[in-house]
Amino acid sequence: MKLIYHIGRYFELMFTALRRPEKLKVYFKRLIEEIESIGINSLGIVCIVSVFMGAVLTLQVAINFTSPLIPRYLIGLSARDTFILEFSSTVVCLILSGKVGSNIASEIGTMRITEQIDALDMMGINSANYLITPKILAAIISFPFLNLLSIFLGIIGGYIIAILTDVVTVQDYVVGLHYMFIPYYIVYSLIKMVFFAVIISSISAYHGYYTSGGALEVGRSSTHAVVYSIIVVLLFNLILTQLLLT
Amino acid sequence: MIKIEQISKSFADTQVLFDINAEFYSGKINQIIGKSGSGKTVLLKSITGLLQPDHGKVFFNEKEFTQASIKEKKLIRQEMGLVFQGGALFTSATVEENVMFPLEMFTKMTKKEKINRVKFCLDRVNISDANNAYPAEISGGMQKRVAIARAIVLNPKYLFCDEPNSGLDPQTAIVIDQLIKEITMEYNITTIINTHDMNSIMEIGDSIIYIHEGKKWWEGSKNDIFISDNKELNEFVFASQLYKSVKEIRNG
Repeated sequence: MKLIYHIGRYFELMFTALRRPEKLKVYFKRLIEEIESIGINSLGIVCIVSVFMGAVLTLQVAINFTSPLIPRYLIGLSARDTFILEFSSTVVCLILSGKVGSNIASEIGTMRITEQIDALDMMGINSANYLITPKILAAIISFPFLNLLSIFLGIIGGYIIAILTDVVTVQDYVVGLHYMFIPYYIVYSLIKMVFFAVIISSISAYHGYYTSGGALEVGRSSTHAVVYSIIVVLLFNLILTQLLLT
Repeated sequence: MIKIEQISKSFADTQVLFDINAEFYSGKINQIIGKSGSGKTVLLKSITGLLQPDHGKVFFNEKEFTQASIKEKKLIRQEMGLVFQGGALFTSATVEENVMFPLEMFTKMTKKEKINRVKFCLDRVNISDANNAYPAEISGGMQKRVAIARAIVLNPKYLFCDEPNSGLDPQTAIVIDQLIKEITMEYNITTIINTHDMNSIMEIGDSIIYIHEGKKWWEGSKNDIFISDNKELNEFVFASQLYKSVKEIRNG
């Protein structure tokens, strides 16, 4: 029953939030600020994780491809497809659930408990629209770029391993990157990223918006935001993969 | 003028307000007083529409607010200013941005006009040289003043203050009280203040209603308090030895 209550309240909030903005100029300014907060401020973590995971993934695949019957260029292909299909969308989004999701929930939650949201409502401003919509839009705009960046840097991570170690030659690795490349996989990855952007930003905003109490509850909302975002991202990952790849 | 009729409000099984009727007059300081937990804030939020009363009506200059459409409510809300207990300033915005915010949202003023209006309002609440400071960088008293400046920037007809003196030293509290009184009289605003600060009640309370356990228990002015024989009101107002002595001296 509680789950149905939360789902109902979530859609009610989204219905209120996703309305035409009252003053486009102000909302555009908010959107730019949110792109900085959600997208640009996440560049660091996405870059670091992608490069290292690309390197580690290439090493692990290379170490496990022991059979002489398996061509070495498949190491490059594995690294590429793993990043495009799963890592740069799903795994990066799980990381962003923690970074962006907790940030959104705690920011809106703090505004709730310090009556800043009431102040907006009192002024006759649709607070849900003013606070949540720019965050969702900023996530939709930023996440696909983070996705492409992550794919690129993951492959670079593997390339660095090919240069620095002898587990795979640079030539084999590059051949693998080009081998049987399916451009649709990029589209699939970007579509997933857009869905995950909406899921993470909206679920986190929902938990923040309905925070009540004090600082402890803000922390709790933040945790709930991360946990539920991750669960829904994983669920939608399965559904979208079934719909888009099979 | 604001008029409320039969306002009741409950949360789950707990009824907080019971059929409250009252009138609040323009150009006067109308105070809602009562102990902590008596329902003052719930009443104020019910009047302002931040909470929807279970039943009852709120009229702003004869215009019914509770049953108004979203569009009508929005228009009435633009005539309201609310000073929250904690100030409720936007922490990520500077003092100037906080005060300018309603202008950005609801007016078509030029940048220069907005800056001038903000300057006027900040001067009016005696704040200067803090335009670029963030709320966390200024004192509690200054935050309250900025909140008042933000509340009056659109020339409201109705001003609501939820415990504007909480957390302030007595001297600053008096300054804030006087400021609210001056602004109320100057612009003929209908001001409603929620308070349990006795100094504030004695200083500026033109019209007072006393809420006890969610019910309107008493109504009068600050002078009427001294001659009232209402037991609960007397226990609340004259809880301190100081005010007991004041009453004894005043009543001979």
